[in-house]
Amino acid sequence: MSLHHASEVREPLMHLSKRSAIHPAKAWAIRLAAIVLGLAVCGLVAFLLIEKIQEKPEKIWDFYNAFIKGSFSTSRKFWKFLKNLAILLGIALALTPAFRMRFWNTGAEGQTLMGVLGAIAVDFYWGEALPEPLLLALMLLAALLCGGIWALIPALCKAKWNTNETLFTLMMNYVATFVVSYFLVIWVPNGSSSLPKMKTGKLPSVGGNDYLLIILVVLILTVGLYIYLNYSKHGYEINVVGESVRTAQYVGINVRKVIIRTMLLSGMLCGLTGYLIAAGLDQTVTTNSVGGQGFTAIMVSWLGKFNPLAMIVTSGLIQLLNQGAAQISQDFNVSGALPDVITGIILFFIIGSEFFINYQIHFRGGKHAVQAGGEAVK
Amino acid sequence: MEKQLALQMRGITKRFGPVVANDHVDLDVYEGEILAILGENGCGKTTLMNMISGIYFPDEGKIFVDGHEVVIRSPKDAFQHGIGMIHQHFKLVDLFTAAENIVLGVKEEGRYNLKAINAKVAQIAEKYGFHIDPQKKIYDMSVSEKQTVEIIKVLYRGADILILDEPTAVLTPQEIDKLFQVLRRMKADGKSIIIITHKLNEVLAVSDRVAILRKGEHIATVNTAETNEAQLTEMMVGKKVDLNIDRELPRSPAPRLVVEGLNLDDSEGLHVLRDISFTANGGEILGIAGIAGSGQRELLESIAGLQPLKSGKIIFHNPKKDKPVTFFHKSMKRVKELGAQGAFHDRQGKPVSFDGMATGAVRKWVESGDVLFKEDEIIDLRDKTPLQIRELGVRLSFVPEDRLGMGLVGSMGITDNMMLRSYRKGHAGFLDRKKPRALADEIIHELEVVTPGVNTPVRRLSGGNVQKVLVGREIAFAPKVLMAAYPVRGLDINSSYTIYHLLNKQKENGVAVIFVGEDLDVLLALCDRILVINSGSITGLVDARTVTKEEIGLLMTRTDYARKEDA
Repeated sequence: MSLHHASEVREPLMHLSKRSAIHPAKAWAIRLAAIVLGLAVCGLVAFLLIEKIQEKPEKIWDFYNAFIKGSFSTSRKFWKFLKNLAILLGIALALTPAFRMRFWNTGAEGQTLMGVLGAIAVDFYWGEALPEPLLLALMLLAALLCGGIWALIPALCKAKWNTNETLFTLMMNYVATFVVSYFLVIWVPNGSSSLPKMKTGKLPSVGGNDYLLIILVVLILTVGLYIYLNYSKHGYEINVVGESVRTAQYVGINVRKVIIRTMLLSGMLCGLTGYLIAAGLDQTVTTNSVGGQGFTAIMVSWLGKFNPLAMIVTSGLIQLLNQGAAQISQDFNVSGALPDVITGIILFFIIGSEFFINYQIHFRGGKHAVQAGGEAVK
Repeated sequence: MEKQLALQMRGITKRFGPVVANDHVDLDVYEGEILAILGENGCGKTTLMNMISGIYFPDEGKIFVDGHEVVIRSPKDAFQHGIGMIHQHFKLVDLFTAAENIVLGVKEEGRYNLKAINAKVAQIAEKYGFHIDPQKKIYDMSVSEKQTVEIIKVLYRGADILILDEPTAVLTPQEIDKLFQVLRRMKADGKSIIIITHKLNEVLAVSDRVAILRKGEHIATVNTAETNEAQLTEMMVGKKVDLNIDRELPRSPAPRLVVEGLNLDDSEGLHVLRDISFTANGGEILGIAGIAGSGQRELLESIAGLQPLKSGKIIFHNPKKDKPVTFFHKSMKRVKELGAQGAFHDRQGKPVSFDGMATGAVRKWVESGDVLFKEDEIIDLRDKTPLQIRELGVRLSFVPEDRLGMGLVGSMGITDNMMLRSYRKGHAGFLDRKKPRALADEIIHELEVVTPGVNTPVRRLSGGNVQKVLVGREIAFAPKVLMAAYPVRGLDINSSYTIYHLLNKQKENGVAVIFVGEDLDVLLALCDRILVINSGSITGLVDARTVTKEEIGLLMTRTDYARKEDA
């Protein structure tokens, strides 16, 4: 683009070109710089909006400290951090096989909620009648089944009629919410639609800690999924289908079968996380049992580049931001919306940094002239 | 000539990395003429036209419109100078009407007045003899109607120089006649028309002058009235270049793959392949020549089990005669069935019968290697999936044209790409990367693949190295039939010779090699026989040792030649 002879043709001020490869260290440096920049902008916003900091500017350090304090200041907060991390990670893991296949499952919220509903339904109808271990097993089965079916419906339609999976799975979330509302009306006759906590069907505490079992299950799931995706034949097929359907057909992979099988797995893992929420934490179901984590999990999986191990870090980061923001709201006595603004700013910078990892900026007269035929974008 | 010059190009050069697409091209276009630009695939016709219409910017050279030098940086600039291009792939919004598409992006004074636009469109249509309903939606239109919209779109913007890229490729003969009438009217109106094509009869029918491009260079411009097919073909294909590729006579060729009466339609019901019949012999290289998009890709994909055929047979002759029976690709049940049909004999030539034998005894006998096939196995591949074909024991290798989009997975390393064909082996649910890894090392070593490592994503490798990886894998499974589509496209000389050598080696080993190529010199030097395909039909089967380049060029381009008897 920069080699023309004609003098009146000026090179644009800046243009972008796609990087062919980037050193991992450089990529991490860019990410780190983005977080630092994001925190700086957050500080500026805090200074503008929080009166306490305007009065005493040195309080800005308390503001930053709150991110650490929110998750690590007490052992209760730390366990809460790990528990929330595990649930978020569990849903993100469930999405990952589908995402690797480039099947954009945006229905984790609904699939997880159906898992919660399935488990609680078993508890509601047979909780008194069955011995606890059998009840827990049946609840698990119901959760897997419900989550699986919720993912299977859009997968079948995709395989048969090539429907758009993103919209389909998204819409299934709303259906799931209404299904829960429907059952709550039946189960709670007094009209409050608030189902009291079940007395049965509770996962045992391990080592005297209510959260440890959940954390362990998700940890095993993480490692298991990592192995499944990278070392099993199924995982290999998922990667081939995701990268190129034509290649998959060329080597004789049954693409429909892989789509259906993988989505079933994805939904069942959502159901599993729903079971952990139902039997391990809430003991009840509301339309808000998953609380939007099904959508946050999409980000966790993307930021972790669909690598289960990296997703431990990304879900931890998001949880750190969440609890830090809550801490800020408490410490500085500000409205509940400000923490969301701060979380949003930092995530904006992190996601934005991916652009600079994938593209390179060239300025006019810079030393990097784009070679002819390079993928330059004006 | 008294005619006024409309467009001049001087020294236009365009490079894509190391490839020179256009090399100092000079070209003149006059007002009120139809200029045909003729050339083989990849000779730089479209690139040249893209530079006049603002899609690419030339690296060197000048463009003059009406005698003034102009700088064309975008299609908008091109329109300002009265240049409009009708692309091969239409650029229309399906949900809009014809009129809406025509005015899309035009900045006009005053309010958006659909009535006035419809009237203006109708007026243009009438002037040049188009038939069009301005209020019809694009999705309701035939291909020819869509093309009409594209042409009017350009005229509406006031273009005086119209460029049509392969306008007849998608039209029926009647529609082509109609288009030519329109073009002649536009010419009479003083417009300059440039038509890119590789069909000789159309060039002769419609153009005033013909510019011939070959390998990015402008060879000559001749008056259509003073030339003929033979002269044009010769200029287009050039003199024969001796490539020094070793070629031995086929050793005892025997039919390996027999294709009979193959017909294939695309998803819109258009004929892609018509009545294709040929035989590929073991121990020879069968070349397939033709203009790109004549059905070569579909033919290979049909054989590989990737296209649902309308009719026809694909018969594979598995050279099993006097070879031991194994359980690799046959169940015990199938072996017993074949035994009952008398398909086997023993080493002494006596017929084998499993009558009354226990399964264990049959297994022992077969595994001893003393049970032999009486004849070659005949297998019909029609309607089989690629997986079924492999499970039948048919060793069919296929190097597709789209290397990274079909043959390989770009984001995976060489090792993981080696597994694509073989990863299913074994009953374990987990992958065994040991053998693929060894194969990857072997291919890197033997074919001198330049790569930072076995796990570097193959899309980061250069074109030649990508192709070595793909061909290496396809050959590693000791194929009986090897199909390769444009295996040296975009490769440098050394890599190309590596590939020729590999194909020759396969031929020596008795493999039936099917080679789809575009460079006629290569086809003539490498192949034993050449099948010429034109618009989905076979137009000739020639002996590569005796045929001339011009003969093949004619078979490739003369549409009235179609369906002549096989040589």
